[in-house]
Amino acid sequence: MSSRDTGTRNTGLSPSGLKAHPPPEAARRARRFGSFYFAEHVLRSMRGYGWTIVASSVGTPVVYLFAMGIGLASLVDARAGNQGIGDVSYLTFVAPALLVTAAIMVANEEFSYPVMAGFKWRRIYHGPNASPLSSSQIATGHLMAVAVRLIFTCGIYFLIMMLFGAVPEATGWLAAVVAVVCGLSFGLPLMAYAAGIEEEKGQFPMVMRFVVTPLFLFSGTVFPLDSLPMVVRWIGWLSPLWHGTELGRVFSYDYAEPVWLSVVHVVYLVALALAGWAIAKRRYTRRLGK
Amino acid sequence: MHTNVSTKSVISARNLTKAYGEFKAVDDISFEVPAGESFGLLGPNGAGKSTAMRMIGGVSGRTLGELDIMGLDPEQHGPEVRAHLGVVPQQDNLDEDLKVRDNLIVYGRYFGLPLSYLRPKADELLEFAQLSDRAGAKVDALSGGMKRRLTIARSLINDPKILLLDEPTTGLDPQARHTLWDRLFRLKEAGVTLILTTHYMDEAEQLCDRLIVVDSGSIMAEGSPSSLIKQYSTREVLELRFGAERNAAMAGRLEGVGERLEALPDRVLIYTNDGESALEEVTGAGLHPITSLVRRASLEDVFLRLTGRSLIE
Repeated sequence: MSSRDTGTRNTGLSPSGLKAHPPPEAARRARRFGSFYFAEHVLRSMRGYGWTIVASSVGTPVVYLFAMGIGLASLVDARAGNQGIGDVSYLTFVAPALLVTAAIMVANEEFSYPVMAGFKWRRIYHGPNASPLSSSQIATGHLMAVAVRLIFTCGIYFLIMMLFGAVPEATGWLAAVVAVVCGLSFGLPLMAYAAGIEEEKGQFPMVMRFVVTPLFLFSGTVFPLDSLPMVVRWIGWLSPLWHGTELGRVFSYDYAEPVWLSVVHVVYLVALALAGWAIAKRRYTRRLGK
Repeated sequence: MHTNVSTKSVISARNLTKAYGEFKAVDDISFEVPAGESFGLLGPNGAGKSTAMRMIGGVSGRTLGELDIMGLDPEQHGPEVRAHLGVVPQQDNLDEDLKVRDNLIVYGRYFGLPLSYLRPKADELLEFAQLSDRAGAKVDALSGGMKRRLTIARSLINDPKILLLDEPTTGLDPQARHTLWDRLFRLKEAGVTLILTTHYMDEAEQLCDRLIVVDSGSIMAEGSPSSLIKQYSTREVLELRFGAERNAAMAGRLEGVGERLEALPDRVLIYTNDGESALEEVTGAGLHPITSLVRRASLEDVFLRLTGRSLIE
């Protein structure tokens, strides 16, 4: 495809003769790499609060693993005759759950207010929307940048789990991968929801209070799901946190569960993430007008 | 791809319509913009200018009609059309988490431009926007005028041949407006096609070679500022203020003075080619306005003539 020569001159604003590549090339690159370009933007913005990210990525696991994996564990392990839960120490049992919870917290932070800010408060999305990028590339770029932050956070978390001696199996690093996927399986539906909010009326604190907190409490995180009465166990079955935690335990300490159930965990988490991503792209496209 | 457009037009709109349900924000407008022209859409708030601009910018679809930008249909070739454009939106959308210079670099990346080009280009554009000394500052430390200049600099990062400016000086103080106009003049001199929406008549007169007057989504008139003034107004206008209570009553006694008369709530306008003589005629008739002013006719008068309403309401 080519456009006509319009006879216009260079803007003459470049004393050094700098010349951008022609528009068809810009469009070709944007079609191919547009999501990466927007991810780069979001990551550069994150550098503005980079120290907060680093401090929370290190501080959160240290605090939680001390408090629950050592403090609370001393009670649990003593009550269980030093057998912990399911023949592993309480620290080993709870660590994969805390890792996945951290991923969900990051996803909750990055896919809520920043999405609203992009559309409405700071209108960050409207800049790239006027460039060759498509609206769905903006959604995907945002997701990619958050995935990078999740990889960083979960990676650090996993290293600190190792330092605490909470990962007996060599396959334990896969628990960090599961946590990243789990963060997206929770975060992308949230992103889709946030993209549909025209006016913020406290929806995100409600999500924290009535979705994230119950998920943390009823997803077999700090105690096994089967110790809950049947009437509330369904919350765990629906919760990406439960699926991520159970899968993380399989990799982290060889937690015994049927293979079919592990497959269900993977399928459920990936399906939630893909559905959220698809809906988010559609909502971004509708809202940004393209 | 359409091929039946004028070879010199960079933008061609035919029967362009945008409807939201029953409401037509843009109603059957047609215009052509040749390369290098500075073309304006003048009209009050809510006239449909920004909607038209969003369609030209390839971020909003049309309900009816045809639109070609550089020979391409923005609905079919969105990224290709947008790659040709520089866009200055009505509301700033700079990233306040980034520093001034980084805003330009990040934006340039959307066009796939390499950092080896973007770093020196950003410095050149900051020089052009008179913001070199603010390169490392946070965006929220800039004044309104500086933010607009930065947005214009950002829109030039890809060396566009067409620049879309949606209400570029709204909310700026007079000095900031003049600084901005100066930058836009330079772009015009450099051959950039400027498409500009404004509800400021002085801005339209300063910057536009040709414009369309838009109201309620429709084109009311088209031409150069001077030709529109010539066609729809007299050379001069005598403005008289008798006080809010008396303007309407006095208008009745001024019939016959000048060629035409408009009675507004706050003043009476007498259209004439010789304002001083008209004023003498008024005072000779024993009428003594609180204030009087003879001025050159403007696009405001054109709009008033065409719609019966003022541009800024």
